[in-house]
Amino acid sequence: MERAAAYENDLINLKATELRLGLPGTDESEKQSSRNNKRSSSEMDNSCEKDEQECAPAPKAQVVGWPPVRSYRKNVLHQKNESDLSGMFVKVSMDGAPYLRKIDLKVYKNYQDLLKALENMFKCSIGVYSEREGYNGSEFAPTYEDKDGDWMLVGDVPWDMFITSCKRLRIMKGSEAKGLGCL
Amino acid sequence: MSGSDNRSEMSEDEELPDLGGDATHSSNSTAVSGGGGDQNYVSPSPDQVLENVLENVLCFLTSRRDRNAASLVCKSWYRAEALTRSELFIGNCYSVSPRRVTNRFRLVKAIAIKGKPRFSDFSLLPPDWGAHFGPWLSAMARSYRALEKLYLKRMSVTDEDLAIAAHSFPILKELVMVCCEGFGTSGLASVASECRQIRVLELMDSDIGDDEEDWISCFPDNVTCLESFIFDCVEAPINFEALEQLVARSPSLKKLRLNCYISIGQLYRLMIRAPQLTHLGTGSFSPLEIVAQGEQELNYFSAFAACKSLICLSGFREIIPDYLSAIYPVCGNLTSLNLSYANINAEQLKPVICQCHKLQTFWVLDSVSDEGLQAVSAACKDLRELRVFPVQALEDAEGPVSEVGLLAISEGCRKLQSILYFCQRMTNAAVVAMSKNCPDLVVFRLCIMGRHRPDHITGEPMDEGFGAIVKNCKKLTRLAVSGLLTDRAFSYIGQYGKLLRTLSVAFAGNTDLGLKYLLEGCPKLQKLEIRDSPFGDSALFAGLQHYYNMRFLWMSSCKVTRLGCEEIARQLPGLVVEVITRDREENETSEYVDTLYMYRSLDGPRADAPRFVHIL
Repeated sequence: MERAAAYENDLINLKATELRLGLPGTDESEKQSSRNNKRSSSEMDNSCEKDEQECAPAPKAQVVGWPPVRSYRKNVLHQKNESDLSGMFVKVSMDGAPYLRKIDLKVYKNYQDLLKALENMFKCSIGVYSEREGYNGSEFAPTYEDKDGDWMLVGDVPWDMFITSCKRLRIMKGSEAKGLGCL
Repeated sequence: MSGSDNRSEMSEDEELPDLGGDATHSSNSTAVSGGGGDQNYVSPSPDQVLENVLENVLCFLTSRRDRNAASLVCKSWYRAEALTRSELFIGNCYSVSPRRVTNRFRLVKAIAIKGKPRFSDFSLLPPDWGAHFGPWLSAMARSYRALEKLYLKRMSVTDEDLAIAAHSFPILKELVMVCCEGFGTSGLASVASECRQIRVLELMDSDIGDDEEDWISCFPDNVTCLESFIFDCVEAPINFEALEQLVARSPSLKKLRLNCYISIGQLYRLMIRAPQLTHLGTGSFSPLEIVAQGEQELNYFSAFAACKSLICLSGFREIIPDYLSAIYPVCGNLTSLNLSYANINAEQLKPVICQCHKLQTFWVLDSVSDEGLQAVSAACKDLRELRVFPVQALEDAEGPVSEVGLLAISEGCRKLQSILYFCQRMTNAAVVAMSKNCPDLVVFRLCIMGRHRPDHITGEPMDEGFGAIVKNCKKLTRLAVSGLLTDRAFSYIGQYGKLLRTLSVAFAGNTDLGLKYLLEGCPKLQKLEIRDSPFGDSALFAGLQHYYNMRFLWMSSCKVTRLGCEEIARQLPGLVVEVITRDREENETSEYVDTLYMYRSLDGPRADAPRFVHIL
């Protein structure tokens, strides 16, 4: 239970979910700019230099009415993103299992829901996520293939970002899983 | 209101000051009985002859600016003009009272009224601010019963207003509402049932409530004179059978824009009924329900092929990209294509756009990326207007379009007149290139979504880019700036932006000098909207001799103080100075005013201001 609470807190703490290069659990050193990073570091540096007041501490802070896109346009596109089928039904494979399953990510509200469902579906115990240790202690590690084709550990990015970028899931087992659990 | 000195400085579009004396006094005429002929015949005086001639001549003056000028010549011309003006444009509903308008102009057939300032579109104005249509409707229902055309933009309209309007204007032919709110489908039902002569019913970008009223069924059963029926913004299901029959009995229908509740199958049925359409909004452009496996897909391609007059296409609200190929038959004729709700990529766009040689207006989402824009640039040599909207309207999102797309457009579309471009990164070089490649630009609106973002290659402010735009685009009248901008950018605008009428500024500038450059340099500036920029009182005072010539000034989250605003109000009694305070916590105070919105008015402060608006 405690670990679950810590996990929730981690998600609420924006800093913990801030995108950065480097494997999960590594220290927060500055990164060189890279295509994969969602914001170029030079832009962030400039905006912080220029005006301390304006520099948003958390990348997700939004300003009212900015960018100037009319609300009905935002609503429509938001709806569209939600109903965009390509991110929602994903195949789930489990190492050693003879066939794959398919789940609809839209059905779940958060990581806890998803992991519980996977545990039920595959009769396994995945355990609880922690940023530092992944799913250490468990035989299994849930991973997913993202839009760039990379295999990522489930749980690192905010839920909304996860469901739109997840193309398929794979529950890794055994020694491979252990490796991912504590990098 | 003080004497006429101030008012005579008020110029421009909509209303002109009273020249003194009641405009409705009839001219003196000396009755002279003519020799011979009918004893009752009264030969008109020379003055009256002149006025009759004038009235007949003035009928040919349609431009409101020409009419405004004519009305200033002398009292006689003023009267004649007032009696013959049939089209009215009220750019700010609070600049003049409805009564003053109906007293002066007696013969109005068409009226356009604009209400809220544009920044209200972006939630910067609390709801219930005003711009109520009601008072205007009351005056017009008395004086303009022969009204034929009504155009409302950013007005607050109620269902009751619509019911009264439908009832009061029996020969209403055109009703167009853009960015309006406050009413629902029950209001539409009134219009449908009572406006028997309606030819044009257009609802655009408006927030319309779903009262679960079957308004489509309210149109009368006989053949209609509908020519244009636009309801794509109505977020409510409609009775499709009724719509199909309506279209079937509207032989003059040329423009039809459906809402997202219309499936592609239903679209097909409507297109079959109306192959004469010139403008089509396709609705969802998706089956909406799962298409059963065995069911044959309708031949949408042939439906489009049958619409030989189609020149304007929009909609695609929930598009399944596979269906896009259905529009191929009409691409070669399209002059306007709006894909701004279609989340498609470059590969999906290319086969469509490469056929659109005649395209002049193109609205699209940035999902097509720079590559898609390059395809546009290669194919659409006649392009006049481009709008690129963001799929993700966030500051930190990935940006699929950049300076690369802008540059490509500038190189391929040399006739470009109007551009709205949302992006996450931009360079001065690309903007400068556009300023040189597209000299016909009249509207340049660039929105770099990250606040204070510099040229992402050089790290420099975006001053030089925007400077080049104002310098090289000699026809520019509308400009929106963004990115990291110093006072220098504004000095360029003040120096070169001599034709600028509308300017939009956000998160820009360093000091009061920025705003001073604008107010002192741009003589034609009409509409100035500024947010989150460090301009204060001293800059505000720099515009004192200019504000009567402007439609409005908006400044929110700037450094203007209440005292500064009060001083302006004191010095310019013909201005209405509104200070709008947002909700704040008990302990939160600010020396600066949240929002200043000021505009000239002939009739003083409005009586309907809500609590959060203080009129100084």
